[in-house]
Amino acid sequence: MNFDQELDARGLACPMPIVKTKKALAPMQEGQVLKVAATDPGSVSDMKAFADATGHELLSTETQGNVFLFYLKK
Amino acid sequence: MGEMENVAGLDPALAQHIDALVARKVEEQLARMKPKAPPSMTIIATKGTLDWAYPPFILASTAAALGWDVAVFFTFYGLNLLQKDLSALKVSPLGNPGMPMKMPFGPKWFRGINWNIPNAVQAVVPGFESLATTLMKQTISNNGVAKVADLRKVCIESDVKLIACQMTVDLFGFEHSDFIPEISEFCGATRFLPMAQKADVSLFI
Repeated sequence: MNFDQELDARGLACPMPIVKTKKALAPMQEGQVLKVAATDPGSVSDMKAFADATGHELLSTETQGNVFLFYLKK
Repeated sequence: MGEMENVAGLDPALAQHIDALVARKVEEQLARMKPKAPPSMTIIATKGTLDWAYPPFILASTAAALGWDVAVFFTFYGLNLLQKDLSALKVSPLGNPGMPMKMPFGPKWFRGINWNIPNAVQAVVPGFESLATTLMKQTISNNGVAKVADLRKVCIESDVKLIACQMTVDLFGFEHSDFIPEISEFCGATRFLPMAQKADVSLFI
């Protein structure tokens, strides 16, 4: 999947993946895609909840080994 | 509504339909006019140990990341969380049976052991609290959990209002200069409670 920015949140635990995602999205343009990599298992439901609450679209969630990849469209 | 006189001599069924339609349109219009306020949360933080520093800062920073309006009122020992040097925060397993006592080093089987050192031993061994605090900090860092200072910084950057209880400042002989400059205000319960009333979520920690 194409993305405009990338965020490495691997090794970080709640709430940092979401906090850093919000920070990474801030300077991005509407319609751009942010790819987030996280290892925190809680981040799967957190990312969905974040997307629901903020109106950004969670395009897809992938798992690669123990890493979760999220594609968020602003 | 049906009791109103049909001024224009309207068919009663039609009049009733119009009444319902008007009511719905007014409601829709009002909903459009009401400004969409984000969810809000207030937290009262009363504890000042390393373990209890996490819930208020994590909840506040997460809510702020979700776009909520957050204010935290630090009172009693919660004031410890607003001091400039957070490295002074300690944690004690003494009389704290909920706290697991697992070593943050060594092979996995070793780390899994819960040592459960009796209170009687903890109370006698000098420096036990400092040891427990060091081990807890190691456990926290091993698991990628942020330091309290970093979480507080995130809160400040996300415009979480950090409010200090003036009464507690007086009570424990603190000075305003002991605390971080980012405190929004020093005030009392009378000022804070109405904020809590208006908030969607109000927590006591």
